[in-house]
Amino acid sequence: MKLRIKNKNPGLVLSAGILIIFILAALFAGYIAPHNPDKANLELRLKEPCKEYPLGTDDLGRCILSRIIYGARVSLSVGLLVVSSSLALGLTIGTLSGYYGGWVDEIVMRVVDAFLAFPSLLLALGIAGLFGAGFMNMVIALIVVDWASYARLARSSVIAVKEQEYIKAAKGLGTGDLHVILRHVIPNVISPLIVMATMGMGYVILSAAGLSFLGFGVQPPTPEWGSMLSEGKMYIRSAPYVMLFPGLAIMLAVLAFNYLGDELRDLFDPREMKDID
Amino acid sequence: MIEFMTRRLLLLFPVLLLISMISFSIIYISPGDTAENALMNPGGGVDQKAVEEFRVKTGLDEPVYIQYINWMSKILHGDLGQSYMTGEAVSEAIFRCFKVTLKLAIISMLVSLIIAIPLGIFSALKKGTITDDACRLLALAGVSMPNFWQAYLLIIVFALTLKVLPSSGYGDGSLAYILLPAITLGTGYAAVTMRLMRASMLDVLQQDYIRAARAKGVPEYMIILKHALKNSLMPVVTVAGLNFGYLLNGSVIVETIFSWPGIGNLIVSSILSKDYPMIQGCVLFIAVIFVLVNFAVDISYSFINPKIRYETKN
Repeated sequence: MKLRIKNKNPGLVLSAGILIIFILAALFAGYIAPHNPDKANLELRLKEPCKEYPLGTDDLGRCILSRIIYGARVSLSVGLLVVSSSLALGLTIGTLSGYYGGWVDEIVMRVVDAFLAFPSLLLALGIAGLFGAGFMNMVIALIVVDWASYARLARSSVIAVKEQEYIKAAKGLGTGDLHVILRHVIPNVISPLIVMATMGMGYVILSAAGLSFLGFGVQPPTPEWGSMLSEGKMYIRSAPYVMLFPGLAIMLAVLAFNYLGDELRDLFDPREMKDID
Repeated sequence: MIEFMTRRLLLLFPVLLLISMISFSIIYISPGDTAENALMNPGGGVDQKAVEEFRVKTGLDEPVYIQYINWMSKILHGDLGQSYMTGEAVSEAIFRCFKVTLKLAIISMLVSLIIAIPLGIFSALKKGTITDDACRLLALAGVSMPNFWQAYLLIIVFALTLKVLPSSGYGDGSLAYILLPAITLGTGYAAVTMRLMRASMLDVLQQDYIRAARAKGVPEYMIILKHALKNSLMPVVTVAGLNFGYLLNGSVIVETIFSWPGIGNLIVSSILSKDYPMIQGCVLFIAVIFVLVNFAVDISYSFINPKIRYETKN
């Protein structure tokens, strides 16, 4: 897999930069955040951005910048948990189904079709809402709606690859199925899945924020971008910055992942990408 | 063609069956007893005798598979049950709310086409330049912007500062009330449509008849507006018009924010009040609509691009 990197791509540098900042913020929140994100101080409520509080304070007098920094931790970990689990699940099911084919493949694909038939946010909302709001339930709900698209992509890529000469050659040499799958099939189908996973990070972060915004995700007082925005909506008239900055954080993070995914798609062999378009 | 359509049609049945099972069983994931949850007082207490009566009345005392069969056979007769909260027939509530959502969806679609078509053409004509990159960034920003955030930005500007549009509600159903939610929903959708328009335009511009027109000396703007636009628009409008998923997904959040009395709003409120028949009905209804729409998209795609027919067959 050879990468062709366009020289001078400011967008790529910028989006990678944004992601690195968010990742550092999530890892070292305790050192970077200027204040304790949970410390309420009613005397300081709804303070406009100033030197001490660069992005102002919310309705309980908590530092918005610090809450956004700690919020990166929540959003990135939801994204990572959901995307890696969905990718692992989808890759396993899709690869096996595509490799072995037959009636198992038919059944698996109908199940995949059924899961893809629900508008994803809606099903996640139903599951998270009925399961009870909370971090773990939201993660489970998002995995339930997310895995099927990885499975479908993995399967179609495996089917395209498995009739290739080198796979037949490996089998002809008497190599076991497991070895063929791990050493020859998966390395050749993984690139479109990586593109999907990168964009999936953005999508999951957006969905998680949406669920939390509606009250079905991470619960206050945990600093989470979506629920911060929801708390700030009461004050859009008097203190619009309370909801402005969390929204901006969501958008930057999602945009960076989407842009990166878009670039990765161009970097990998474009012929392999036809399946996603 | 017939063979392709028959195969796609036959594949619908197992999927619809599975969808109905998922929609039905979704209520069993809530912790605790269904009947107790439904009758729970705000204080948390439950009247055991009422629960028993309720179980018998709603059939919740039967085994789950019997409940599912009963539920399905009623659905096949057009009966989705009654709301626990209002006693209204679920099918009536869904029908009422879906009409309202459909209205919002259609206007949103128009908004998205108005934004996407000119930008997509422009982007295609400027392919590979900085303008094209800027349009691509704009499209990505459109997809990445949380619609609940954008909704409040629009409210701040148009309802609170300029005071030209109402901030929420259905009102008399006039355009003024529909505009802000439609713009919110339409912009995210426009981003996707714009990329489609760009790709379709680029495709058409490579065709022989465009080269022929150029060779004939037809002015460039005529080539774009008359020959290329007409031919590149069809797939875009078909797909954009039918690709409903985005709008239904977005409507959940947008309708909640703007208090738009559509199906998204209905679902959120029924989840909050644990109105199980309503949740099952809404989820099933939307998934079925979604499957049928995708089926229509597949079929129309195969009309536009016959290659798909052959690829799916193998």
